[in-house]
Amino acid sequence: MTEPIVETTQSENKEWEPKIIAFLCNWCSYAGADLAGVSRIQYPPNIRIVRVPCSGRINAYFIIKSLTDGWDGVLISGCHPGDCHYISGNLVARRRFAILKELLEFFGIEPGRVNFMWASAAEGERFAVLVRKATEIVKKLGPNKKFEKKW
Amino acid sequence: MEKVGAVLVVGAGIGGSQTALDLGDAGFKVYLLESTTSIGGVMAQLDKTFPTNDCAMCIVSPKLVETGRHQNIDLSINCKILEVTGEAGNFTVKVLKKTLYVNMDKCTGCGVCGRACPVEAIDMFNEKLSKFAATSVKYPQAVPLVYAINKDYCIGCGICKGVCKANAVEYDLEDEIVELKVGGIVLAPGFDEYSPPEDNLYGYGKYKNVVTSIEFERILSASGPYAGKVLRPSDGDIPEKVAFLQCIGSRDFTGNGQPYCSSVCCMYTAKEAVIAHEHMHQIRPTIFSMDIRAFGKDFDKYIIRAQEEYGVRYIRSRISSINEDPETKDLLLKYETEDGKIIQENFEMVVLSVGLNPPDDAKYLADKFGIELNEYNFAKTDIFNPVQTTIPGIFVCGAFSSPKDIPETVTQASAAAGCVNTLLHEKRDTLITEKTLPPEIFVAGQPPRIGVFVCHCGVNIGGYVDVPQVVKYAKSLPNVVLADQNLYTCSADTQTIIKDKIKEYSLNRVIVASCTPRTHEPLFQETIREAGLNRYLFQMANIRDQCSWVHMNQYKEATEKSMDLVRMAVNKARNIQPLERIKLGVTPKTLVIGGGITGMVAALNFANQNFETFLVEKEKELGGFARNIYTTLEGGNVQAFLSDLIEKVNTHANIHVFTEAKIEIINGYIGNFKSAVFHGPEKTRAEFEHGVVVVATGAKEYEPNEFLYKTNDNVITQSEFEKVINTTDDIGNKKLIVMIQCVGSRNEEHPYCSKMCCAEAIKNAIVAKNQSPSTEIVILFRDIRTYGFKEKYYRMAREAGIVFIRYDEDNPPEIVPEGSKLRVNIVTPNKDTILINSDMVVLSVGIVAQKENNEELGKLLKVPLNDDNFFLEAHVKLRPVDFATEGVFVAGLAHCPKTIEDSISQANAAVSRACTILSKDEIEAEGKIGAIDPARCSGCGMCIDNCAYNAIELIEDRRFGTVAIINSALCKGCGACSGNCRCAAIDIAGFSSEQIYAMITGRL
Repeated sequence: MTEPIVETTQSENKEWEPKIIAFLCNWCSYAGADLAGVSRIQYPPNIRIVRVPCSGRINAYFIIKSLTDGWDGVLISGCHPGDCHYISGNLVARRRFAILKELLEFFGIEPGRVNFMWASAAEGERFAVLVRKATEIVKKLGPNKKFEKKW
Repeated sequence: MEKVGAVLVVGAGIGGSQTALDLGDAGFKVYLLESTTSIGGVMAQLDKTFPTNDCAMCIVSPKLVETGRHQNIDLSINCKILEVTGEAGNFTVKVLKKTLYVNMDKCTGCGVCGRACPVEAIDMFNEKLSKFAATSVKYPQAVPLVYAINKDYCIGCGICKGVCKANAVEYDLEDEIVELKVGGIVLAPGFDEYSPPEDNLYGYGKYKNVVTSIEFERILSASGPYAGKVLRPSDGDIPEKVAFLQCIGSRDFTGNGQPYCSSVCCMYTAKEAVIAHEHMHQIRPTIFSMDIRAFGKDFDKYIIRAQEEYGVRYIRSRISSINEDPETKDLLLKYETEDGKIIQENFEMVVLSVGLNPPDDAKYLADKFGIELNEYNFAKTDIFNPVQTTIPGIFVCGAFSSPKDIPETVTQASAAAGCVNTLLHEKRDTLITEKTLPPEIFVAGQPPRIGVFVCHCGVNIGGYVDVPQVVKYAKSLPNVVLADQNLYTCSADTQTIIKDKIKEYSLNRVIVASCTPRTHEPLFQETIREAGLNRYLFQMANIRDQCSWVHMNQYKEATEKSMDLVRMAVNKARNIQPLERIKLGVTPKTLVIGGGITGMVAALNFANQNFETFLVEKEKELGGFARNIYTTLEGGNVQAFLSDLIEKVNTHANIHVFTEAKIEIINGYIGNFKSAVFHGPEKTRAEFEHGVVVVATGAKEYEPNEFLYKTNDNVITQSEFEKVINTTDDIGNKKLIVMIQCVGSRNEEHPYCSKMCCAEAIKNAIVAKNQSPSTEIVILFRDIRTYGFKEKYYRMAREAGIVFIRYDEDNPPEIVPEGSKLRVNIVTPNKDTILINSDMVVLSVGIVAQKENNEELGKLLKVPLNDDNFFLEAHVKLRPVDFATEGVFVAGLAHCPKTIEDSISQANAAVSRACTILSKDEIEAEGKIGAIDPARCSGCGMCIDNCAYNAIELIEDRRFGTVAIINSALCKGCGACSGNCRCAAIDIAGFSSEQIYAMITGRL
């Protein structure tokens, strides 16, 4: 990596805050996050959102890569089953993640570090609630060290 | 008079928006007028939609954004029609544009003014259940997103002007009158819901826990007054027992409401009951109704699910009054059960399922446009063309002509557009302006030179995020050659700045850190394209919706997060490449499969627009199912209409009719199909090319094995009976005729309603009664589904002495021959038995799909069927005539049981949808699509199963053997294929794995 390293140094007395990467589908969940914004619904500032066209686009490797790269948690959200803008992409994703979930547990990744959920474009409040929940769970689990690289 | 290639669309709900999009896409200039301050109409207010429980906002907002941004659509809000002159092809319309007191060009929709406004006025969008400020937008996702000042509530304090950093508030803006020249007009003003009068029987307005269905819809909505919790207005408690009262203001002959059926209430009530239970499991809904009118595609299944899975209780009774317990605010309902018992029951909340009234300004509009209204003050339409008003060149769609649901409205919206296409086809592309763009700068292989523009958004970002710090940080990132801040990055002057900076710094990637790409990406993409950059060399970091607005009290964290998001965008931008939208030629010819009314109407309208059309019919003659129908319930002469249509089709120079035909093969894709048919007695082979396909293969009558059909001559089907009464006087000697409804419908084998049998039975009963008044006619039914204005004929039949008896669905009637008579044994729902001696039994047989035919054709076209073997459209609500496979459309009975008028609407709708393709010399495919690396592909075919658009197929490659390839014309770029590819052979341009990895990494 050539880029400058910007450390967000935690002061001694401050609680550890996890960093969570979120993959949101463009049509429902990303729009739900937008609605949370427009409605000024406050939620913890721990997530960083990556927009993808559809939850079906999310490759298992995106999730694993996020964990090996040091993100403390991963959050994935698509349209509710039946609402998919691309007809059935979220169902494909659901099947894929059902398998991945077990695999991750096999790897020793604590359940809850990777969260799958649905949020629609009208569910700004729900989106905020889900982020709060995910943040809380990951915070309890502590920093993600399972895949920590020895630089 | 010279025709004009522009169209006026009045009303920008889902109907008007769809018409505008269809016509805009087909090369017409569209003036879309809306009387309120934002588009979307009633659908934008809904929480979910039946029968799929789709989130209304999720599916409608992309359409509204598209409407707002379409280069051929000129959208004006807050408008009023003043005067209309001229004739079909050339109208002049004078329009009053009322001022918003906010400059639309300057307003960024940030909402600071609304928050600063001290006057809390009532919010109409949330149906008076929440408060809103005098400066407001209708709802958070409004299109166009501009605020408006409501002068009725405004106290003139001037605070909003003070806080507006964009200087958009201008109190002295004045109303404006404009004159529009258009060739055609489409009216889509929608409806107004019935509002119970003062002193109504239900205590609405007096009792707090009695609400209307649209108010309840807002209560259900996640963006509604209680944020999606179902609470009762009196005390905020969760109501356990909720009663829904049907037919409020509908089927009402007392003069308080409307005599017609509002068509949609049975279904929306079932939906509201289901969703209420889904939101809060303790809610137990009860629905009081007379008939359950679930006549649309898959509606009956929904009602069954509501009852079986969600415990929704249906009681057949009409409630006459409600009393409130003054202490608990509970509501006491008194009703009579079917067996005559009077029951009193307590409910915690009551929802009134209010009907649909004609729009309040129906008379005003009719007067201005010179069109006639019907007896109920809805727009009067042609019997065989439900979108044609009484004036040529003026069309109507949606609820303005009769109460209807969303898919029917969308169908009619396209149908009206189809009629405009036929009227004005020679004037396509005459009034639209194509932008001339500079050639694209060649950037491939150059090191990225990234420019980052960070937006203050007034105080919206700047107030909660340290923008200068974000800019400073952005400057420190690799490949960033420029980072700057703007007050409003989306304002017109900033666009000029961005263009200048691209030149000055030779930027080849641009990032804007501001709001959401969902609304603003196209604007900035246009800007960089105007500066010569490929529009895909753009990225956004959403630091407003994801940082400043949601972490308002965490300045440091919000700033850090903004920096992270900017870095992620920069990391992605370093990996983005220019993309090309591939262009495909279009063959301006059409294939219509099926030579019934639907297929012929479609073919004729294509041919009238000079598109060469191939019409394929499997029978010897054209005409299809309609050959058995003599009149419609409303009195239309079907046979005359049909023979006229057949004559026109057979003699039209642009139509090639193939009868006794069988399709051998259909190859190709949107714009470029190649097909072959065998036709005629000799089975001659014909081959042709075409750009689109319309599937109008119809359906057939159910052939009963039950009720002694075919074994007793006095048992006949409804269409056989229709032939008897229209061609002979044989029924004069019949004393008593029994009709049995739902034969082959709504049972296990065919669990759907065939929609037209009730109307058919009533139509034939009335004709027979007129022919032979002494003949008694008894109709045995489960529910009488005379929806909409057909209710009138139900009443007419009862007044004529026709007897209606409901039978128990678990104990269907039995027929026992007794000499020349037939004894009919009936069990009523409360298990009483009735015996009737009849001379004739008429079976109202349902409509069934042609299973084998449809399966075969479905395979040829790669389009799906539903459980009942009817063709399955791309989206039940918003794409009712499209297939997911582009360039292929469905219309008529092949789609689901429907009336002749509805089939004609669908035919016209299919024409309009097809014209969005046929009108172009070439079509542009998506830019952000998938591609498969053949060197990596193992040819396993997993991606083919995951593709909902049939865009992938396996081929034999000379070098790589069996590999999958993506047809870029069909790919939508969803990425479902790539996520599953075990060889990582598939990538999605614009969201490539490399780009996403770049966003993930480099955090530490």
